[in-house]
Amino acid sequence: MNRYNRHIILSDVGQQGQDKLSKAKVLVVGAGGLGCPVLQYLAAAGIGKLGIIDFDIVEESNLQRQVLFGTSSLGMNKAIAAKKRLEDLNPTISIDAISEKLTKENACQLFQQYDIVVDGSDNFATRYLVNDASILSNKPFVYGAIYKFEGQVSVFNYNNGPSYRCLFPNPPKEGSVANCSEVGVLGVLPGIIGTMMANEVIKIILGFEHVLSGKLLCYNSKTADISTLKVNKNQSEFDKVLNTEKLTDIYENELCEVSIKDISEEELATLSNIQFIDVREPHEQPKLEMKNCIEIPLGELESNLQLLDSDKTKVVFCQSGIRSKKAVKLLMKQDFNDSFNFKGGISPLLEALKQNIYER
Amino acid sequence: MQLNIKYFGLIAELTTCNEETLEFSEATIADLKEVLVEKYPELKTKDFQIAQNKEIVSSNAIVSGEEIAILPPFSGG
Repeated sequence: MNRYNRHIILSDVGQQGQDKLSKAKVLVVGAGGLGCPVLQYLAAAGIGKLGIIDFDIVEESNLQRQVLFGTSSLGMNKAIAAKKRLEDLNPTISIDAISEKLTKENACQLFQQYDIVVDGSDNFATRYLVNDASILSNKPFVYGAIYKFEGQVSVFNYNNGPSYRCLFPNPPKEGSVANCSEVGVLGVLPGIIGTMMANEVIKIILGFEHVLSGKLLCYNSKTADISTLKVNKNQSEFDKVLNTEKLTDIYENELCEVSIKDISEEELATLSNIQFIDVREPHEQPKLEMKNCIEIPLGELESNLQLLDSDKTKVVFCQSGIRSKKAVKLLMKQDFNDSFNFKGGISPLLEALKQNIYER
Repeated sequence: MQLNIKYFGLIAELTTCNEETLEFSEATIADLKEVLVEKYPELKTKDFQIAQNKEIVSSNAIVSGEEIAILPPFSGG
């Protein structure tokens, strides 16, 4: 086939290697900064079946680095927008877009349908979930993560190699490590790291010898320094997961210390005298344009408590409901007990208000 | 013994350098952590792993290498 000619003429790939690629099934978790380049190169390489799971929507601030998307993708679900573009890039492969969040309920069942999982997520809860689900379903996973100008790449749970928990056994305290939307990231960095991840996926499928398993590659885009560090397997980290036989949310217990009151669209209707608190960064869209809504990014909440109206019921929201949960936890600790977390973030909130479930 | 310490990610921001040389006379990686926390108190609240001579090691490992790396986990994607 002419499409894969430049692969086939490589003696280390050949028609046999190309056939392996076209029979492979790869699941990419997150179609963001890392997921986009991974998906582009894997689709172009002719991976037979690509799965994309992402619940998020394409925002303008994503386009600086998530080059799979264009202006016409704004507002679309990322998995669906990615599928649309990739089908044009390579119509000969099968692409499954899953516009949901990866959860402890759906992870194992989903992983079982693929040969390799790629972690392009942007938070620790998902990263530990990917690790644990790949151990339980016995799948290798290609890991990549970024911070400002630096990136990490590795392959975990491959050929009896170490897992992510062998490298970082203890999940960091929630909120102790900022994400890209809070601290920024140089656009090309996820392009570099994501492309390295796609390369590892292809090496695994082709059966190459030097897969990045048991090693953590650290790249600094400012200095162009690359360090590769050895990571040893710690069987007890596997046993922790294997012995419980079910997945847990790493922050579930932590969040239980103070009980957070989640409210849904229906429950919102039962509240009155509300002050809405948007804890997203200023650039995040769409806005809730209401007089009784104030914007305080999560990182600035603690130093701006005077902006809260103690006579009102506080309903906190963000993009997806994760940061708002942290914000409510923080407020409860400061004795703002009439604070609620709006489940699911801005989209269902706007929907609820549009339907006039509750009176303005 | 002279240790050459490399810092990564937000740890490098906290120490305000990517690399430095430190005189170390204690025994284990746990001791090294203490020395570092004393020098940079904010490290106490951070999560990180330590590599020596390009290998991730546990707290009870003996400091024998000259090349140390301090790695925080990254979550961004």
